[in-house]
Amino acid sequence: MDEFLLVFRRDFKDRENQPSPEQLQEHFEKWHAWYDRMTAEDRIVFRRRWDGEGLVVNAQKTVLNGPFAEIKETIGGAVIIRAADYEEAAELAKAVPILEFGGTVEIRKAL
Amino acid sequence: MEEKELLPHLFRTEYRKLVAVLCYLFGIEHVETAEDIASDTFLAAAETWAIKGVPENPVAWLYTVAKNRTKNHLKRNTLFEQKVASEIRYSSDKEEEIEIDMSPQNITDSQLAMIFAVCNPLVPADSQVALALNLLCGFGVQEIADAFLLNKEVVYKRIQRAKEKLKEGKISIAQPSVTEIGERLETVLTTIYLLYSEGYYSISQNTTLRKELCAEAMRLNFLLVESDLTDRPEASALLSLMCFHSSRFEARTNQNGEMVLYEDQDESLWNRELIERGTYYLSRASTGEKLSRYHLEAGIAYWHTHKEDSRDKWESILDLYDHLLAIEYSPIAALNRIYALAKVRGKEAAIAEAGHLNLTNNHFYYSLLGNLYTGIDDAQAVTHYQTAIKLAHSASDKAILFRNIARLQGNVG
Repeated sequence: MDEFLLVFRRDFKDRENQPSPEQLQEHFEKWHAWYDRMTAEDRIVFRRRWDGEGLVVNAQKTVLNGPFAEIKETIGGAVIIRAADYEEAAELAKAVPILEFGGTVEIRKAL
Repeated sequence: MEEKELLPHLFRTEYRKLVAVLCYLFGIEHVETAEDIASDTFLAAAETWAIKGVPENPVAWLYTVAKNRTKNHLKRNTLFEQKVASEIRYSSDKEEEIEIDMSPQNITDSQLAMIFAVCNPLVPADSQVALALNLLCGFGVQEIADAFLLNKEVVYKRIQRAKEKLKEGKISIAQPSVTEIGERLETVLTTIYLLYSEGYYSISQNTTLRKELCAEAMRLNFLLVESDLTDRPEASALLSLMCFHSSRFEARTNQNGEMVLYEDQDESLWNRELIERGTYYLSRASTGEKLSRYHLEAGIAYWHTHKEDSRDKWESILDLYDHLLAIEYSPIAALNRIYALAKVRGKEAAIAEAGHLNLTNNHFYYSLLGNLYTGIDDAQAVTHYQTAIKLAHSASDKAILFRNIARLQGNVG
């Protein structure tokens, strides 16, 4: 088993992606379910709640609020999980609810 | 509240506030940005709260996240900053922190400003209702489509068109001045009444959704009545009217979802509390000099909360209809007036007047004639009901008409 960093980003460009209250509830439950599954399979290496905003220091050494350039792409959480290889990590990432609203999951293997 | 219901509930109550405050801050040109930030805030909540549970003060959490998202957006998006941030209401110096005011007062001000911006005659009526539901009430495209039995694409296009109209017209989202309220309150009330009617008279079988539309219209109207700026008698009159109508919501459909006519309704199902609210707002409306159509309609609705027939009741209703038709003629009001006339002066007099209406493509007209001829000339009554069936659209309307015919033929046989 290797360790993989999963970074969740929301990236919605489609106006219709305003969730309905019911969708929002489902979304919330899917997140619960995904974390429950990862925990049950003993895959969680490191999970924390992250400050949604953060800081960015750019080349000019200017400190900026927030890691993202515009609202259309905002970082969600990040988690480190155990998986056999990139392929399995990608399979697990396919079940991450962030994808529902046009999000992405970035995967990096720990070396 | 259970954790399971919390997020949808918060979405219902807080999403529209976030959108209103942000639109008030950004202006109508950036309404999509406001919606993005509000949506993103809720998606972030779903994700974050799933890990470690719901924060102690979820509303404050949402507001903080939305504020930070907005600040970051303003700072990072240089295009936005150059074009807009220099002009927006609360920013003066670039170095200065932009204040996003989520105080109850500013939320109320923002919502009021949004109501006046959205209910603008520039936007065609059907788009206006869709936009009001979307921006003022936080309904998604799919929900609106379900409510109106429309294709999602159609609703989406209506909302887009409405937003474009407001942008083209450079409609400002601002507190209306006293003069503007005089000029534009009527348009605002028209939209609210339209929204209410869509819920109340919708052919959709989804009663929950229909009730929600009515409740939303009443909520918007309540905001107007609660604000010193817009608390005009006609606003109270409309709210009163909607309270009276809503009091019969449970009684007007049976268990099969079919319409129950006023005369056949079970009075014990009428909501007494809403009738009391209606009476309260009607008395509140009885100030000033202007007699709006809402005053008259509320008066008519008030008398309908008394089930038993009395001379006083029908004479008052007839009088109110006479006034109403003088202010604003509508075929439905004219038909209803004939019904009241029959109660006061008898069916023959009503039949004679009905002839002048000449509403020969309207099933309500023939349905009324059927009613008037019943007991006078039952064969004629049946013929009119049959014509009404041919013209009626909804299955529940037709069912009522068939039942009337059956009743008449039972009498004959």
